[in-house]
Amino acid sequence: MLRLEKRPTPSRAWAWGTPFLAVLLTMIAGGALFAMLGKDPVAVVRTIFWDPLLGEYAFYLRGQLLVKAGPLALIAVGLALGFRAGIWNIGAEGQYIMGAIFGASVGLAVYPTESRWIFPLMILAGGFGGWLWAMIPALLKTRFNTNEILVSLMLVYVAETILSKAATGFLRNPEGAGFPGSRNFSSYPAARNPELIAGTGMHWGVVAAFIVVIAAYVLLQRHLLGFQIRLAGQAPRAARFAGVRPNRLVIFCLGASGALAGLAGLFEVTGPAGQISIDFNQGYGFTAIIVAFLGRLNPVGILLAALLMALTYVGGEMAATNLGLPSAAIRVFQGMLLFFLLAVDVLSNYRVRIAAFVKEAR
Amino acid sequence: MKRRTLLATAALGLIALGGTAEAQMEKVKACFVYVGPIGDGGWTFQHHEGLKQVQAEFGDKVETAYQESVPEGADAERVLTQMALSGCNIIFTTSFGYMDATNAVAAKFPDVKFEHATGFKRDHPNVSTYNARFYEGRAVQGTIAGRMTKTNKIGYIASFPIPEVVMGINSYFIHAKKVNPNVELSVVWAYTWFDPAKEADAAKALIDQGVDVIASHTDSTAPLAEAAKTNGAVIGFGQASDMAEYKPSPRVSSIIDNWGPYYVKRVGALLDGTYEQADAWEGIAGGEVLIGEITDAIPAEVKAEAEALRDAIAAGTYHPYTGPLKKQDGSDWLAEGQTAPDGDLLGMNFYVEGITGDIPK
Repeated sequence: MLRLEKRPTPSRAWAWGTPFLAVLLTMIAGGALFAMLGKDPVAVVRTIFWDPLLGEYAFYLRGQLLVKAGPLALIAVGLALGFRAGIWNIGAEGQYIMGAIFGASVGLAVYPTESRWIFPLMILAGGFGGWLWAMIPALLKTRFNTNEILVSLMLVYVAETILSKAATGFLRNPEGAGFPGSRNFSSYPAARNPELIAGTGMHWGVVAAFIVVIAAYVLLQRHLLGFQIRLAGQAPRAARFAGVRPNRLVIFCLGASGALAGLAGLFEVTGPAGQISIDFNQGYGFTAIIVAFLGRLNPVGILLAALLMALTYVGGEMAATNLGLPSAAIRVFQGMLLFFLLAVDVLSNYRVRIAAFVKEAR
Repeated sequence: MKRRTLLATAALGLIALGGTAEAQMEKVKACFVYVGPIGDGGWTFQHHEGLKQVQAEFGDKVETAYQESVPEGADAERVLTQMALSGCNIIFTTSFGYMDATNAVAAKFPDVKFEHATGFKRDHPNVSTYNARFYEGRAVQGTIAGRMTKTNKIGYIASFPIPEVVMGINSYFIHAKKVNPNVELSVVWAYTWFDPAKEADAAKALIDQGVDVIASHTDSTAPLAEAAKTNGAVIGFGQASDMAEYKPSPRVSSIIDNWGPYYVKRVGALLDGTYEQADAWEGIAGGEVLIGEITDAIPAEVKAEAEALRDAIAAGTYHPYTGPLKKQDGSDWLAEGQTAPDGDLLGMNFYVEGITGDIPK
């Protein structure tokens, strides 16, 4: 018989080892799935994990990994701050949309002025938009003790409606012959978020993600506020005795995650997406929740988790197009990866004992 | 924009925009980018049927590949680039929202042909656009609606306030009014292309207002499912695909998007070296818009009338937008006998006289 025995402290070796074990298990289980669909499992797994990094078109796809991972990391780091303190912002998708709308509005309001101050101003507006949207659940929680999970989630749908209005109404391209969608920022240099080095996929949003990862790491490890966040999550009562003011923590965590989601939206709308359109949001705000947990709520882990998620997206697309896999099979594969990552987590907290021939002490 | 359905720039049928004919090709790799899953039963399903026709027509001379559920924006640009890199000769992008991505990638791959459905941007010589005159089908549905309504209230589940949709609403109303002067139209804006729950809510709202004929400009079968709960009191139409599972009622007819002939034509042209940049806008006459079977749930004389209208449009003897027509505000639009120029249709942002309510801004 196998028996699980709780470790006194989580195993460091397994904490590092489990992600690799999970990827391996996913490859095996996923390979079986692909084989059942009549595809060569080795070819599929290689297409997903190998080709984007080192395959024939890697020169292009490596950059795309950054494009995809950037917003995920930016949002997830913010969410992780709150999650650590037990403050659940589920509405990053809405804050992402509002950041994009606020930032884009500033840029489009002054079109076609050319000034070096426009883009920095848009960045501020984007962060502000996301912050403002997150302040709604924050204030409702601190003043009326409402549940921030529900409020922040519901505000996603409000934001989507505003996005529809923006794309078909107040931000619509006046030269677009009545069609929905704003002007494309790619043809407005002062407000554009360009690829910084051609072919690398690196844009200001990716740069911001790297900076935020480092800043969050320092905050959590070296700063009193970071200590309070961790304490509030692990021992709320103790935190109160230690002088943590819960309401201020709620405001800070929701505000920071909202602002970062807003920034991600701003960098996306001015860069890879290019314009405000009805379907501008593609679920980064929700995927980031998974990324946050995948990265164990640790900023560096989140960066790696975001890159891994990006790899399954980009590689999955390659497999779908080149090998004719249904997109649903790719989603199942991604789901397996998350499942195994969480499942093998048990190994870092528990020891597996083979107890077949050991008589239990009474 | 969830896919497609927008067009612009005047286009009459298939106008070749110039560009020189290419050399013949031994084998063509044709690739398709879809906005939804091929099992959506509507928009994407019909495009995928077109892919199958291409494969059946050319056999070994063509290789096909496709990608489902590609989000519009940055993801589309990556998928298109991957396709171009991996050797696709011609790429069909089947949703309006792929417009900028299609043109951006086309600039980088001048040797690859790009065909964008329902768009209007052809920034590079290797980008063509194509669409269908769905408003012709709406004329047939309007005729049936006007004849069949008992409450004199008909409904339209609209997706987004864009010219393509407004074009459908006006055509539906004009033809209902023509056969039934007392008819009133209610429009519900769903702000989605595909969301069964929202579409069902929209249908319920219309039924609660006393509407008994519902046309929808969204993709799911949810409105028909709602109509089916009324024991035959409310009828509707299949949209994008036939939706034959709701025959003979509430689904009394349908508009079917038929992309196969166009895809076969374009891939064939690439094979035999006659390919040229184009801006295609075909309708019932060209076979891109099919009217699904009109069932026995409606009287024979109404069926005959609707089929006669369909045939007149196909023969080119009747244009659904023929004057005299006024705009909603009472100003003149088309004089007696005048037909609407394509430019007016493609930028249509007004209701015709008699429709109440406003187009959301």
